[in-house]
Amino acid sequence: MGRYIAKRFGQAAIVLLLVSLFTYLLLYMMPGDPVYAMLGGDITREQYDIAYAKMHLGDPLLLRYVRWLFDFVTGEWGNSFKYSEPVRQIIAVRLPVTMYLGVWSIIISTLAGILFGVICGTKRGKAADSVIITCANFGAVMPAFWLAVLGMYIFSLKLGWLPTHGFTMPSEDLGLSIQQSILPLIALSVGGIGGTTRQMRSGMLDVVRQDYIRTARSKGLKESQVIWRHAFRNAVLPVVTLTGMSFRNVVAGAVSIEQVFGIAGMGSLLINSILSKDIAVVQSCIMIISIVVVMSNLLVDILYGILDARIRVE
Amino acid sequence: MDKETKTKIHLFFRRLFKRKLVMLAAILVLFFILTAIFAPLLTPYEPNKQDLTAILQKPSASHWLGTDEAGRDVLTRIFYGARTSLIIGVVSVLISAVAGVTLGLVSAYYGGLLNTVISRFIDVLMSLPSLMLALALGLVFGHSIGSLMIILGISTIPTYTRMMSAQVLSVKNQDYITAERVAGARNSRILISHILPNCFSPILVLLTSNIGMTILAESSLSFLGMGINPPTASWGAMVSAGCSKLLLNPVYGIAPGICVCLLVYGFNVLGDGLRDVLDPRLRGSL
Amino acid sequence: MEHFLEVKNLRVSFTGDIQKSIAVDDVSYYAEPGEVVCFVGESGSGKSVTQLAALQLLPVPPAVIEGGEVWLEGVNIMQYKADSPQMRAVRGGEVGMIFQEPMTSLNPVKTIGVQIMESVILHLKCSREKARERALELLGQVGIPDAAARLNDFPYQFSGGMRQRIMIAIALAASPKVIVADEPTTALDVTTQAQILDLLTSLAAKNNTALILITHNLGIVARYAQRIYVMYAGKIVEEGPAEKIFGHTAHPYTKGLLQAVPRLDDQNRRLVPIDGIGPSPGKRLTGCQFRNRCRYSSEKCCEEQALREIGGGQRSACIWSYEELKEQEKEGAEDERKETEEFGENVLEVKDLRVTYPLRKGILNRKAGELTIIDGISFSIRKGETLGLVGESGCGKTTTAKAILKLLEGTSGRVLLNGRDILPLREKEFRSQRKNIQMIFQDPFSSLDPRKPVEELVGEPLLIHKLVKDRAEYDRRVDELFCLVGLEPSMKNRVAHEFSGGQRQRVGIARALAAAPDIIICDEPVSALDVSIQAQIINLLEDLQQRLKLTFLFIAHDLSVVKHISHRVAVMYLGNIVEISDSEELYAKARHPYTKALLNAVPIPDPAIEQERERRMLPGEVPSVMKRPAGCCFCDRCELSDERCRKEKPELVWDGKKHGTACFQIT
Repeated sequence: MGRYIAKRFGQAAIVLLLVSLFTYLLLYMMPGDPVYAMLGGDITREQYDIAYAKMHLGDPLLLRYVRWLFDFVTGEWGNSFKYSEPVRQIIAVRLPVTMYLGVWSIIISTLAGILFGVICGTKRGKAADSVIITCANFGAVMPAFWLAVLGMYIFSLKLGWLPTHGFTMPSEDLGLSIQQSILPLIALSVGGIGGTTRQMRSGMLDVVRQDYIRTARSKGLKESQVIWRHAFRNAVLPVVTLTGMSFRNVVAGAVSIEQVFGIAGMGSLLINSILSKDIAVVQSCIMIISIVVVMSNLLVDILYGILDARIRVE
Repeated sequence: MDKETKTKIHLFFRRLFKRKLVMLAAILVLFFILTAIFAPLLTPYEPNKQDLTAILQKPSASHWLGTDEAGRDVLTRIFYGARTSLIIGVVSVLISAVAGVTLGLVSAYYGGLLNTVISRFIDVLMSLPSLMLALALGLVFGHSIGSLMIILGISTIPTYTRMMSAQVLSVKNQDYITAERVAGARNSRILISHILPNCFSPILVLLTSNIGMTILAESSLSFLGMGINPPTASWGAMVSAGCSKLLLNPVYGIAPGICVCLLVYGFNVLGDGLRDVLDPRLRGSL
Repeated sequence: MEHFLEVKNLRVSFTGDIQKSIAVDDVSYYAEPGEVVCFVGESGSGKSVTQLAALQLLPVPPAVIEGGEVWLEGVNIMQYKADSPQMRAVRGGEVGMIFQEPMTSLNPVKTIGVQIMESVILHLKCSREKARERALELLGQVGIPDAAARLNDFPYQFSGGMRQRIMIAIALAASPKVIVADEPTTALDVTTQAQILDLLTSLAAKNNTALILITHNLGIVARYAQRIYVMYAGKIVEEGPAEKIFGHTAHPYTKGLLQAVPRLDDQNRRLVPIDGIGPSPGKRLTGCQFRNRCRYSSEKCCEEQALREIGGGQRSACIWSYEELKEQEKEGAEDERKETEEFGENVLEVKDLRVTYPLRKGILNRKAGELTIIDGISFSIRKGETLGLVGESGCGKTTTAKAILKLLEGTSGRVLLNGRDILPLREKEFRSQRKNIQMIFQDPFSSLDPRKPVEELVGEPLLIHKLVKDRAEYDRRVDELFCLVGLEPSMKNRVAHEFSGGQRQRVGIARALAAAPDIIICDEPVSALDVSIQAQIINLLEDLQQRLKLTFLFIAHDLSVVKHISHRVAVMYLGNIVEISDSEELYAKARHPYTKALLNAVPIPDPAIEQERERRMLPGEVPSVMKRPAGCCFCDRCELSDERCRKEKPELVWDGKKHGTACFQIT
């Protein structure tokens, strides 16, 4: 198991290293002068020269990259010209918001998806199966931003049940936080529920055909025991992998949903800094989001290794 | 086309449309394709012509889905939006399919260092949220329709490469490929005339559902204002603009989203249907 | 009911996409405690479906049990629903089941202890501690060493043979009165097969359990069965005591099967295949299902044939009596094989061939060591000769084939094709020579590109090596090749799936012949085929060898087949050739302890001979190549081995020119 984890760690580190290289080069691949990209267009000649010297633009690219990476690892992420604040402070406020919504959304979509998937898998061809799988198929393709808009129109504007904008952490005001979280969480989770349901269903249908399920039946187990003791664990394994991937989708959803509901999270920070070409913030956002995504994948890989002994020896 | 091929094609479609849902999906997709092609014939309005006398009207007899903040007919812009979605969807999927399939084919067949390099590159693409990648690439490439296609294309490359390498690795060890080597066939011949045709089915399935996924991604980018430049009609941008006008004309913000749902759903179900028919276990019956 | 277990008039059908097909048609049988009853038949005969249906283990739909009664100890259990408490008490409690695929029949994510104890707790209603004790006891009974430590292991940590022992432990958990074993050893090696079946039958005899054994292997039937049911196309065509079925064979299908299988004690007999292929479940014939392949068939066979009593507990579903069949039998039906004992020059010479596989470590895939798969083997094949290469799985016979064909990295030694060493050649240089050395594959399903018309597959070598001048010559050659292997040239535009297994294998043979090679390597060419089809292909290969003076390297795990087709045989074990000799001599005067054990493990389809044979069980299993002993590769399983065997590797010692044995204990 130790070697398996070490190997996965090594792979994750390589991926992050390559991501950092890409992120750093972004500054130079963008059209225009990197100094303006760092500081914005509104600067004097003097400021430009100082910045030019500070960025060591005369040095070789590799050296600059290593220096930048070192700065990043030591927490020196530069300043945002738009917010006139150190990038680290901005992200320190915004990351927890997105993480809070993201983690809940993943928990909801995984649990609901597994439940629906098992129902489908065991009631194949019956009405419940058809209804759930049709909903899941639609859920998987609904754009999160549109769901957010639709939900806001119905529940906030028409019915007035829920607030239209804003987000509060539960530690500050639990009631308000729950009210404000409902719509974003629904918009964020529907796609995941749909995807997980589909995966769980096909996993179940695949597993119940296996020889060891026949063995379980030949032992004289009840059908429910066959499903829960023998089929479930094997069918849920692919879902575990899917959950690891779903952090990526959550980030994608968060970008647009945070825009709709005016939530100050990582998604809205990313899009706003891209729109204003606030490159220092963009770079840090990409790095932080990538680290979170890669680490969650790593976590899931390790979980997979625990659930399925075969993987460890591979 | 000889008679035998004809019956085979006939049989294929009969199997494909045996599930009514697949039939429905095909009709849905066809419907949007037709509206995209014949958009100018379907509506008396120009998509981009502003009419400041008719701003944000609710649905009426003259404007079935109302008008937007510049007085343009929403339905007309939905028709033209279908054009944008489909063109971008199809072209970027082709770009990524060609790139992804080539990478997967080469890396899995030759293995070694090439495989390691390509796999790491794919790992990076896979571990980044594709929307974030597309946004970042947008900074580099800009927002013309061409660059949008490339951006969206790049972000789906991994799906093809992963699928292709898995497929090639399984096909490569099949006896019929060994038989080719024993017969003295060159690598290029084996790759092109034996491995590629046998990977055709899964590519087709992936291609179909990826068109849907790309359309979804395009609408997200447009929604965030990072998609195709205005005033070209795009469903995502319409939802974005309509979002703040929900009280005046709710249809403006909501209807384009329904279209995204339906079109993407159509492509996905069609992809599922194709997979069922082309399933490896039934392989050869085509 | 008069019998302990009695099944009456069982009918099972499957509803498919297009049509309904009948899988089991009016089958009745019985079993008594302590009895070994064998069901024998080829694939698709319905022998497994019958047993699964009797226990209501078939997935419904697509399967439908259309009728029948299953009486167990005087109760008709067919009246209960599949998931009813009564039926569940029968399954695993009264009747234990063992399935064919040990690799997939155990749940991969649960420890074997949990899987055994589950059955114990369910049927014996005892505590976990008691169940654990029982599981240990069961594992001891089925011969899993160090049971207590292995209880917490997962199935993937066991070999196929060990997994099948675990399956037996699960089946025995509640001391059932009937055990149904569905092809329990088909996926296993022959020495393991003998171990497992001996274990199973001795346990059944000890506990007075009825054992229903399903198999396609007539040798197994002859060795273990007391009573036999022969099934064909969903029906029982003949039944009776074992000695009657073999000694007084009454049904033409049973006769056909017995004549189609090669036997270890055959002497230059030509196999008699059953013509054609069996009817598919969707297209049943009227009357006797076998009539379109039967050489005794007459118009009367179109009428429904019931099983008729013919004395001594034997029943047959043929209109002809035993005597009538005997009369009709053609004079001298068993024609001799013509033998040419004159062989030409060496076509292929292999000298000290070694194949190693690099072991890689870490992220950078650095080479950390080597695994020797083929440990220096030498042999040669003369023009017109067939050399058989035989051994159990993992012995390296397929690796040898691939190494000779230059499909592998890491080979050393010398491989002389027509006197020229081909191993050092680069792929580019060798490609033009590939036409001289061709291959026939094991699996007729995976060895033909599913998307190409077979004509392109057969003709491809002609084009690659530019052996034809123009299109007309190409077409003529392809037609010729089709005729040569007994296929209609008009079928050449079809794709592989439109052919039956036997026909596909003929296509594979035609492809191998296309470039007129000097030598053809046949890698298990008949092991995926049914017995009756297997005989057709073996005969075809023999005929082609006669006509075209072909040279074969024939690789197989089935000793009877290898012995039948080969002029000389080399026995492989763990990457070494332990014995090599003329095939007749090898069978009569085997020297190496492994060869002897192997021959002993192969059952001969004749109960009379089987009863006479002295049985010696080879202990243990073939270890993986990673754990090859230092000296003689066989020393840790050999009863003769001594200090020298464990330290030194024996070389082949030749007795005369023909018989080589790699063993220190043979003088």
